[in-house]
Amino acid sequence: MARLTLKVNGKRRIVDVSEDTPLLWVLREHLDLTGTKYACGIGQCGACTVHINGEPMRSCALPVSVVEGANIVTIEGLSREGDHPVQEAWKETDVPQCGFCQAGQIMTAASLLRKNPNPTDADIDTAMAGNICRCGTYNRIREAIHLAAKKSRS
Amino acid sequence: MEHQLASFDRRSFLKVSALAGGGMLIGIQWMAGHARAFDPAFLEGAAFNAYIKITPDGKITIQSPNPEIGQGVKTSMPMIVAEELDADWAHVVVEQAPLDTEAYTRQVAGGSGSIRASWKPLRTAGAAARMMLIAAAAEKWQVAPETCVTGASMVKHPATNRQATYGELASLAATKTPPADPPLKKPSEFRLLGKRIANVDNHAIVTGENLFGQDLKREGMAVAVVARPPAFGLKLVSVDDSKTKSMPGVQQVVRFGNKVAVLANTTWEAKKGRDALQLQWAPEGELESTDQHDSALRALLDKAAETPRRKDGNTEPAFAQASKTVEAVYECPFLPHNAMEPLNFFADVRPDGVLMVGPTQTPESARTQIAKLLQIDQKKIRVEMTRQGGGFGRRLNTDYAVEAAEISHLAKKPVKVVWLREDDMGGGIYRPACKYRFRAALDAQGNLTAYHLRGSGINVGNPTRENNFPAGALPNLLVEGHNLESKVTTGPWRAPVHNFLGFAEQSFLDEVALAAGKDPVAFRLGLLDQAKQQPVGRQEYQADRLMGVIRLAAEKANWGQAPSGVFQGFSAYFSFSTYVAQVVEVVVTNNKPKIQRVVCAVDCGILINRSGAENQVAGAIIDGLGHAMFSQLTIKDGAPEQTNFDRYRMIRMAEAPPVEVHFVESEEAPTGLGEPALPPLAAAFANAVYRATGKRLRNQPFVQPGEPGLLG
Ligand code: FES
Ligand code: FES
Repeated sequence: MARLTLKVNGKRRIVDVSEDTPLLWVLREHLDLTGTKYACGIGQCGACTVHINGEPMRSCALPVSVVEGANIVTIEGLSREGDHPVQEAWKETDVPQCGFCQAGQIMTAASLLRKNPNPTDADIDTAMAGNICRCGTYNRIREAIHLAAKKSRS
Repeated sequence: MEHQLASFDRRSFLKVSALAGGGMLIGIQWMAGHARAFDPAFLEGAAFNAYIKITPDGKITIQSPNPEIGQGVKTSMPMIVAEELDADWAHVVVEQAPLDTEAYTRQVAGGSGSIRASWKPLRTAGAAARMMLIAAAAEKWQVAPETCVTGASMVKHPATNRQATYGELASLAATKTPPADPPLKKPSEFRLLGKRIANVDNHAIVTGENLFGQDLKREGMAVAVVARPPAFGLKLVSVDDSKTKSMPGVQQVVRFGNKVAVLANTTWEAKKGRDALQLQWAPEGELESTDQHDSALRALLDKAAETPRRKDGNTEPAFAQASKTVEAVYECPFLPHNAMEPLNFFADVRPDGVLMVGPTQTPESARTQIAKLLQIDQKKIRVEMTRQGGGFGRRLNTDYAVEAAEISHLAKKPVKVVWLREDDMGGGIYRPACKYRFRAALDAQGNLTAYHLRGSGINVGNPTRENNFPAGALPNLLVEGHNLESKVTTGPWRAPVHNFLGFAEQSFLDEVALAAGKDPVAFRLGLLDQAKQQPVGRQEYQADRLMGVIRLAAEKANWGQAPSGVFQGFSAYFSFSTYVAQVVEVVVTNNKPKIQRVVCAVDCGILINRSGAENQVAGAIIDGLGHAMFSQLTIKDGAPEQTNFDRYRMIRMAEAPPVEVHFVESEEAPTGLGEPALPPLAAAFANAVYRATGKRLRNQPFVQPGEPGLLG
């Protein structure tokens, strides 16, 4: 067990956990930030995507000890009112079906747009390749990313 | 409290009451499916499927009765009420019923039946509420109710230019008797149905609100991760939990039946504790493997069934006289459901009552089974449903809820049982592996004179759907099915049986059309014409409606007129009362076929929510394509060989083709959409690949791991 100080969504949070605990479970069960989802635990599906110093990372595959001090942003911290252009575009495009994969999709998309404000379909395919949606909402995700890009430009 | 009660069609009831702070509440109860007695608790306000609440501030709350597994009913069901009520959708707030099995009937999301079962009662409730609001306005203004009109949550009296909002009228309306038979709108009068309405939970979903079973946390709760048999047919012999018990966070180890649960403070600690258990397993009898299943299923295809599922005329003489026969075998593997949210359930079993909370498609059946297990009165068990991260049929089975109850009972504490992906994928209840042999006889003119299907499947019951098209369209037909028993557990998987039969049947019909020298669309239309003119035996599909979607898909895709280099494949299928036809267009680049576009025509009766419907159809198409292309679960020495997404391939973004969806304009009652677009898709694709490459895809998955082959 170790006492670690994390920086999550702009706040300092202190947790007592064993150091090998994946960040995912610390977020979900120690900090009650359940928007970040567990679906595979081995870095294959993207449901657990968060931003670490601005980069999209699979929180299920990150021992919490390695992100001490890093800037961690989860879906709950992506925007204050749920009005990040990507979130707005998701609502407008009516992307979700069951919704379970969508927080991870949104986090991946948000970081794509930060680096590449005007992505092509091929850019989107590459950036989103790590996120699985069993409900098959991929086409609307693509559409919503283009819409978010447009919203951010205007 | 004063109640006004009305019953309509003898099985549905409305109850109106005044709200304490002003406004009205209309409870709705209906008995869908098998008739149930009227529940007197309805009168006490405890037993309804849904309600409409109108408060003086003008807010209209509509409760949605059914579990939301991603099929959109939480939005579409209230839309039906709002349409007949003439409510402005902007004033509507949707609440999910607390999903208490005491109070709700048909809280089942399966068989695409949610909308079908509740269409009439939901409409009637909305219409009755509207009539009461009109009655209230008429009384207030001293005018005849017939001279009033409604729109956008208001009653208006055009003659005197008066108007009042539903909120203003609700308290008075609550004193009116609900009409038993209120007039319903004609489809041409719909203002809301058929429009694009965004999912009411979008904001909660995109902000990561706590909605799902996985997210649940209760006071004093332990998290349990369970060791279950790693292979089908293994029995637990011994448990050494000494290491586990000394691990941080571990609270308790519970052995029950063939399993061991580790209860800990957190999921990670429970998982580590579970992984540290020293368990010994011993086989009970022979351990099975996919190779063995395959040969047993193939052997069954050579054996006539004792009783055919359907027999029209006599097929063998027709085969003997045929100028051409076509024969082919199609095969598919087991598939796990792999809803993105792995299974989980919360249970709190106490001497005075049981609380169960989690994602289930069948709360009533969970309750019955838990009552049986714990030997207690059903009334002491409350089952609440959370939003569900996908179902696809897995959550129709209650094993994981019952297991949670058992663990809580033995551990004497509230517990959330969490299945890791490996547990979920490796835990059984798969889409049954099936094989089909089709034979067709053609006469000299290329007419289909006999059709013979023999299927075999593992723990599938009936592997066929014997009344499927082309049954009814030709004189000689024989359908037979074999069930192969196995230790591997199976169950319904999105569009059960249809999900593979649709592919096999629609691919085979393509083979037959080509052998007959006919265009696949014309060939199908010709058969359907026969089914209409001279129907043979029982017919579950309506030939006209099936022809309707076939024509629409062909027209929208410019069937037969694709530019050179573009190859089209066709497929049409009826399931769950919905008609679907699809055209897949394939181009070949670097020797590999790639889908350029999918065009889909759907007849699901009256369209409720265009946005939700398109989402379901496109999703089912992508899901169907992905599973046909990539997914399989194989068994070796009784154990599943794929237990996570590293070895089990799911379709991803770049592989999802553009999908165009067209709906047939219809005035028929609405039918299901969660499943019917999946079964035909793989056939439309395979038929296009055949045209593009000359290679016939008959076995799923089309892409074998490690063998790039045709599709790569
Ligand atoms: S849960 Fe982390 S990638 Fe799947
Ligand atoms: S919306 Fe259900 S998994 Fe993506």
